[in-house]
Amino acid sequence: MYRYDSYDQSMVDARVEEFRDQVQRRLTGALTEDQFKPLRLMNGLYLQLHAYMLRIAIPYGTLSARQMRKLGEIAQKYDRGYGHFTTRQNLQYNWIKLADAPDILAELATIEMHAIQTSGNCIRNISSDQYAGVSADEVADPRPWAELLRQWSSFHPEFTYLPRKFKIAVIASDEDRAAMRLHDIGLKLVERHGAIGAEVYAGGGMGRTPMVAPLIRDFVPEDEIISYLEACLRVYNRYGRRDNKYKARIKILVHELGVEEYQRQVEEEFAHMRTLGLNPPVEELDRIRAFFAPPAYESDLTQDIDRSDPAFALWVDRQVATHKAAGYAIVNISLKPLSGIPGDASAEQIELVASLAEQYSLDEIRVTHAQNLVLPHVKKADLYAIWQKLDEAGLAEANLDLITDIIACPGLDYCALANARSIPLAQKIAQRFADAERQAELGELKLKISGCINACGHHHAGHIGILGVDRKGVENFQLLLGGSGADDASLGQITGPGFSEDGVIDAIEKVTDIYLAQREGDERFLDTYRRIGMKPFKEAIYG
Amino acid sequence: MVEFLSFRDGDAAQEPAVTVEAFTGQSNSTAVRIEAGEDARELLPHLDRLSLVEVNFPAFGDGRGYSAARILREAGYAGELRAVGDVLVDQIVAMRRCGFDSFHPAKPLDDEAVERALTRYADVYQKSVDGRAPIWAKRHPENIDG
Amino acid sequence: MKILTGNDLVSGDVIWWAGDGWSRQVGDSIDVGQTGDDLARTEEAALRVVGAYVIDATITDEGVRPAHIKDRIRALGPTVRPDLTLKPNDADAGNWVI
Repeated sequence: MYRYDSYDQSMVDARVEEFRDQVQRRLTGALTEDQFKPLRLMNGLYLQLHAYMLRIAIPYGTLSARQMRKLGEIAQKYDRGYGHFTTRQNLQYNWIKLADAPDILAELATIEMHAIQTSGNCIRNISSDQYAGVSADEVADPRPWAELLRQWSSFHPEFTYLPRKFKIAVIASDEDRAAMRLHDIGLKLVERHGAIGAEVYAGGGMGRTPMVAPLIRDFVPEDEIISYLEACLRVYNRYGRRDNKYKARIKILVHELGVEEYQRQVEEEFAHMRTLGLNPPVEELDRIRAFFAPPAYESDLTQDIDRSDPAFALWVDRQVATHKAAGYAIVNISLKPLSGIPGDASAEQIELVASLAEQYSLDEIRVTHAQNLVLPHVKKADLYAIWQKLDEAGLAEANLDLITDIIACPGLDYCALANARSIPLAQKIAQRFADAERQAELGELKLKISGCINACGHHHAGHIGILGVDRKGVENFQLLLGGSGADDASLGQITGPGFSEDGVIDAIEKVTDIYLAQREGDERFLDTYRRIGMKPFKEAIYG
Repeated sequence: MVEFLSFRDGDAAQEPAVTVEAFTGQSNSTAVRIEAGEDARELLPHLDRLSLVEVNFPAFGDGRGYSAARILREAGYAGELRAVGDVLVDQIVAMRRCGFDSFHPAKPLDDEAVERALTRYADVYQKSVDGRAPIWAKRHPENIDG
Repeated sequence: MKILTGNDLVSGDVIWWAGDGWSRQVGDSIDVGQTGDDLARTEEAALRVVGAYVIDATITDEGVRPAHIKDRIRALGPTVRPDLTLKPNDADAGNWVI
């Protein structure tokens, strides 16, 4: 894992003191709320429905056990004993006091963490593949690139007041586990003629005008990635729309200019940028890469897993993924217990995962965009012990990528922007489909719920998506089918008129019935939908 | 409180700035004002006769002026580059990094807050046009020439 | 009736204008009539509230009821965490917001 040097530490420490000063100015009235708001947002502090909410950056979703433990301690000390893992691989605390926020940031700084640029119209936390460094199918570990971009984007002098927020993802395998093409810029590391570089996609995103990012350059060498991104951002900063915040994301600029014209402008700017010496030397990327060197895996480990406990065997089949090193496995920890809140973890659960990581996963934890956790380096021989401890803590749900592994935004229970509650709906759907055999029969089925059009719950990218709307003061839910955030990225289509909460669950049941009746071979729900189209589903729902 | 802030040696330019349109249309003016959304590159053929460029920030959240400033400095403009309009103390550091060397904010700034802001961060992560060595250059002094 | 709500500047708590100060209980709200916007500005300037705004509400048998579901959730707390609401011992409290 990356470790701060004295430079990184001093930047984060300075930010804590700057924010302490800003909060002090607010509390004494030297700053009005209008003046303070953009400053607090740059430090991830929102004013939400019930209280202040603080969003902590988890760069590229990687945490050490020590960091995880501290997140639990903060939840206990300053919040109400829990935190919420988000679709941006971050963590949110829901009940923060303004006066405590600088102290929390100071505690985070002691474990090399921060909340810098977790909100605001700037480059946000860089997201990545939760299997980075441990999956067999990657061309390189994407995290050194993500860390390079984290540093480049932090306190960027030119790109801190962009037309709108800006999200970047970096992946390095054909299988996309990070919804890369639904980012403002997505980088996919590829190997060409023995050299690693990036395919660059620009102009993806969700929100009210969802778009899948088109490819804008098929290779940027690693020693030019910063100047290329500066070119992309400069064109956007200068020409992105500022007259309407709903049309201000880069996807609208790319769409309105056309891909070719945006590409042309970027190439022109890039030709200029690459003369300015903006790129760190390759030695800097090498320095960062050294932190992510594969750990010292043990050899001659057993490949066998004792499957005599059926509940454990079920969990292994669902939650454990293939690790690139023999004798090791990747463990997915579900944060979607059937009656729980998607993405929420109590301080005790956070502490447990920290200690499991310490004992069994070479000190490392990952956060996924689907709001689950990962222990990336687990010996197969330790799986049973881990499962037992997870089970005791209510963390052994075996539902990865199944219909009850629901992504849900906080919705109207917590969020000031929401129109409808997402969490109770997720809970009711999970209860309706609780039967494990039924879930297994339905197979991979990604269900994603957003409580408003801003789409934090990725509803456009759900095989089944749900969008909560406000219909004359009453919660109403639109149903979408056919979206995907993976390498086969696509946007869901709305089935038709919306439903009540119970109505939308009934509709989902009809939709899954059609799938079971119509599927061929080992088709997933999404495959069947793509083959037979919307019509049969629509007929079943609205008949 | 401070109404005008300059980091240049000598007096600030006094000539009133004209619009980009007036300037590029054969004017003899040596001072020009760029509005948000105007293309700073239109000035590039005329940099040697300019002594003042004002860049207006109509709202603090409108960041186009940061690009305008950097573009001028990247092209070698060495005259006064002045940020005017809705310029807040918490933005001075980034503006300095983009090449602004004087400030005439719509609302006066608190001197002490300016001082604190300017000295808060010892280092920077990016190379820009202010000549400061980024952290990556300090980490690898042997690889950086000049 | 019109009632005034916002968040406590320091704690972030949801608060309601009760005539002589702020209360965490929506039931303490008074009808602010046409004075809400002025009150909001005064109270914000006095650093007692942030993001204050006037909403419609009605008086029911159960007390003051904000017109919009969002404000009813603010008045109670998250419906999915009854233990963290203002009525932790009332299992049916969540139904009040619907």
